[in-house]
Amino acid sequence: MRIVIVDDSGLRATVLEEGLREAGYEDIHVVPPRGAFVAKLERMAPDVVLMDLGSPSRDTLEEMLAVSRALARPIAMFVDQSDDAMIGAAIDAGVSAYVVDGLRKDRVKPILDLAIRRFNAFARMQSELDEARTALADRKTIDRAKAILMQTRGLGEPEAYALLRSTAMNQNKRIVEVAEALITAHSLLGGQP
Amino acid sequence: MTPLSAAFLPLTDSAPLIVARARGFAEAQGIDLTLVRTTSWATLRDRLVYQQVQAAHMLAPLAIAVNLGLSQQPAKISAPFKLNVNGNALVMATEFAAALDPEPAKRVRDPEATAHDFANAIGLYKRKPVIGVVHRFSSHALMLRYWLGYAGVDPDRDVTLRVLPPSFMVEALRLGEIDGFIAGEPWNSVAVAEGLGEIIAAGVNIWRRGVEKVLAMRTDWMEANSDTVDRLLVAVSQAAAWCDDPANREELALLLEQPEHVGQPAEWLLTALSGQMVLRQGDGPVDVPDFLLFHREAAGFPWRSQALWIYSQLVRWGMVKADAASEQLAGNVFRPDVYRRALGAAGVPMPGASMKLEGALAAPLPVGAHQGALTLGPDRFFDGAVFDPDDIAGYLAALAHRTE
Repeated sequence: MRIVIVDDSGLRATVLEEGLREAGYEDIHVVPPRGAFVAKLERMAPDVVLMDLGSPSRDTLEEMLAVSRALARPIAMFVDQSDDAMIGAAIDAGVSAYVVDGLRKDRVKPILDLAIRRFNAFARMQSELDEARTALADRKTIDRAKAILMQTRGLGEPEAYALLRSTAMNQNKRIVEVAEALITAHSLLGGQP
Repeated sequence: MTPLSAAFLPLTDSAPLIVARARGFAEAQGIDLTLVRTTSWATLRDRLVYQQVQAAHMLAPLAIAVNLGLSQQPAKISAPFKLNVNGNALVMATEFAAALDPEPAKRVRDPEATAHDFANAIGLYKRKPVIGVVHRFSSHALMLRYWLGYAGVDPDRDVTLRVLPPSFMVEALRLGEIDGFIAGEPWNSVAVAEGLGEIIAAGVNIWRRGVEKVLAMRTDWMEANSDTVDRLLVAVSQAAAWCDDPANREELALLLEQPEHVGQPAEWLLTALSGQMVLRQGDGPVDVPDFLLFHREAAGFPWRSQALWIYSQLVRWGMVKADAASEQLAGNVFRPDVYRRALGAAGVPMPGASMKLEGALAAPLPVGAHQGALTLGPDRFFDGAVFDPDDIAGYLAALAHRTE
């Protein structure tokens, strides 16, 4: 069974491809939705196409599926009306799947289940990464604000941090917000940012 | 408060839904409106069909195509309200446009002459022109086909229509993947501003009152939640009136500019709202009246004859086989009865009929209305053809005869 993954995100495509390989599928191709990607897809004659639901190129893909004369068998969206929960899970996870006409449901379901799990795992990874990035950026901001306090008020590092923290508590703000305000005020007053 | 989710694509004509939420029209009707930003019509359709949202900002022809089973899983969806009228333009690469009238304003004002010039230009051009359209079942594609067909151009043979997301059109034009495109604003103005192409036709000058986006919902949901539907229509109708008021233009452009809405610079969005279009890089703006309508002339009223016009075009281009059942199904997608029920008490001028001849008005005409005064604007097709919804076969035969 030939599976084509159409995805802009190289990382998500890799995560999905690995999962499919582990599950024993071998004929897997990744195509980014750019340029003449539909012609490439047509030549591959896939049995299953997996695509990010958020990709703006879904309309381009569906047009190809509607008009292609090159595909031996029509491909349509995998829809099993009897399984609303699965459709909901796929949409929530951001997966869309197109399946060649005549492919049995029990052969497609494991692929879609796996794609849903992998897409969800990728989304979790992404949000953890975002959180880590934010945490790092916050720490840098707080460090700069501490440096300003240490320099202008002659405080030690623990005192500077304590001052930021107590100010934040009194104003019911996050420490990073107080730090940002301090950096802005400092540069407005002519200090080095 | 009734929670309700609506999907939209980041386009200028999603404005009535965005304003319904942002300006509190929905809240005043007891609706807690959540907007779901979507990047393709396929995903918007799926969210609606599989009940992830209750309403959607949808291409009118797509709503009909879903009912006819032409766009993936068939489903019953209805359009009790039109979100706007008009709003598209055709851009062609500078090199192609050079074969047309040298005066851009004349091209746009005289779509008959420009269609003939376009037909001649195809033969002179270096290749079969590739024209980007946003979707097979878009008003844009149907309008382009109609316009080309007038000059004897077969849109399936003499040009290549390629489906691309609107936001990719400008880049594809730059890379030479396409030679032109028809899309909603702001993409036409962006292509002009970057000197890649020229606006050679405006939707409003092809059909003076062209159907564009509708507020679509699943028919079963609509029928089971009539009270919510009525309140939603009141809110969106009030929002559309707000959008149409020139006094609110700047504020509307700034609202649409926000990244969670359309997410494009306000100055680009203002061109469609004001109808002040720059047709070629470096030229001054040209006034294109009625470029985009939201509310006036009962723009939201879903005339069944308009749904049938769309159906007639699907038949004309071989996308669906003509039969009485399909015709009835297509006509019933537009639900003037729901519009009347919802807005009857709201003081909105209400047309007396649900069908009319399309394209018969050359000048504004006061018409019979149940409440208030209603004047319909000119709704001519550029070629003067009149669509009689009771004689679709005759209409299509006349169109075919003319282009032979």
